[in-house]
Amino acid sequence: MLSKRIVVCLDVKEGKTTKGIKFKGNVDIGDPVTMAREYYDQGVDELVFYDITASSDKRNIIIDVVREVAKNIFIPFSVGGGIRTLDDMHRVLNAGAEKISVNTAAVLNPELISEGARIFGKQCIVLGMDAKKTTKIPEIPSGYEVWINGGRKPMGVDALEWAKKAEGLGAGEICLNSIDADGTSDGYELTVTSMISGSVSIPVIASGGAGKPEHLRDVFTQAGADAALIASMVHYRDYRIDEIKSFLTAEGVPVRKII
Amino acid sequence: MISIIDYKAGNLKSVERALRHLGIPCRITNSPSEIISSEKVVFPGVGAAGKTMEVIRSLNLDTVIHEVVKRKTPFLGICLGAQIILDGSEEDDARCLNLIPGMAKRFPHLGMKIPHMGWNNIEMVREHPILKDIDPEAQFYFVHSYYPEPQHKEHIIATTHYGISFASVIGRENVVATQFHPEKSGRFGLNILKNFAEWNGKC
Repeated sequence: MLSKRIVVCLDVKEGKTTKGIKFKGNVDIGDPVTMAREYYDQGVDELVFYDITASSDKRNIIIDVVREVAKNIFIPFSVGGGIRTLDDMHRVLNAGAEKISVNTAAVLNPELISEGARIFGKQCIVLGMDAKKTTKIPEIPSGYEVWINGGRKPMGVDALEWAKKAEGLGAGEICLNSIDADGTSDGYELTVTSMISGSVSIPVIASGGAGKPEHLRDVFTQAGADAALIASMVHYRDYRIDEIKSFLTAEGVPVRKII
Repeated sequence: MISIIDYKAGNLKSVERALRHLGIPCRITNSPSEIISSEKVVFPGVGAAGKTMEVIRSLNLDTVIHEVVKRKTPFLGICLGAQIILDGSEEDDARCLNLIPGMAKRFPHLGMKIPHMGWNNIEMVREHPILKDIDPEAQFYFVHSYYPEPQHKEHIIATTHYGISFASVIGRENVVATQFHPEKSGRFGLNILKNFAEWNGKC
């Protein structure tokens, strides 16, 4: 039986894993390669590296991280953040990533999805989407709007429509992040996850809000997510991957057994 | 030395990295003489069947692969490599390599997500050296919208369930192929690559 996937997300800034703390900015929490190896050993199903390096002259560091990770772990992983061109995609894939995640650049230039899918294959292209609840208006019939630039700029684009369009353009998967739930540790936004997962035929990774194993159970059983993204709940060592998997197994959610 | 066939597409390097990690000598090549003279051959595949077959023919690799198989060199196909060894594929209506009779078919619309993406079990139908020491509960990483359907049951080594039951490991004599990606399937995936490296092509 196909397992529900647990995906750990590492935000990487200038080669270090970082975590945003309210009012304090970002603090380093470790070396991404070491952390990736640790999660791999604990039985994680997939990893995402999100490059939040601000200065363009330090952006190449992520390529070195990808190369090191690829040498050490043998599960799929994707890279997102700052991917704007086919050339950026090529460099990341060539360094050993399985998939690339495009977000802002795809909203501004949807052809990036179709061209990327044509050249590298649909399975490589993940649409990252930041969605935020809003009042239902004719332009936003689903009541969820797409935001770009790391959730700082509303686009007046309907999240559900954008998901369907991206699927048509050739995205192989959607990583749906709820801006409302992100950072709360109160659970995933089940409504938007369920709506989008039920409307596209490609897999959906739910993101934003995971704080405890029950949240993963809920997003799998109630919202139909194919995969769930987690970060702080494992980065701060509140939980281990194997613990989360044991809990999900006991709750009847199919996950890959750690043998 | 294992040759990984370079056909200008797909994720050849991840297979190379996995073999290197296991300490198994390998090279990525499209040189006919290098491929034909190597001890083992891997055909990893990502992409569309039609386009891939076009490239294979333009590089004359179809003849090379047939020669390799005729010489009884152990041959491993991965993902698309498990489909193009059949007679043909519904994808692009491609004519393929005729190494194992059968067709690659598209998953029917049964309400499941397509592609079949993620970790899934395999159920062994018959013993095969490349599945040596694989825990029956081990899962492997799949990404595909088409699946191999060999014409003869004896060419099915393992099956996987995703809405339907399909052949996820197939083989005939010195040819073996996995629909999943052993190079991305953690410890048991690496185990399969190691088994292949140790295989003499007989089963």
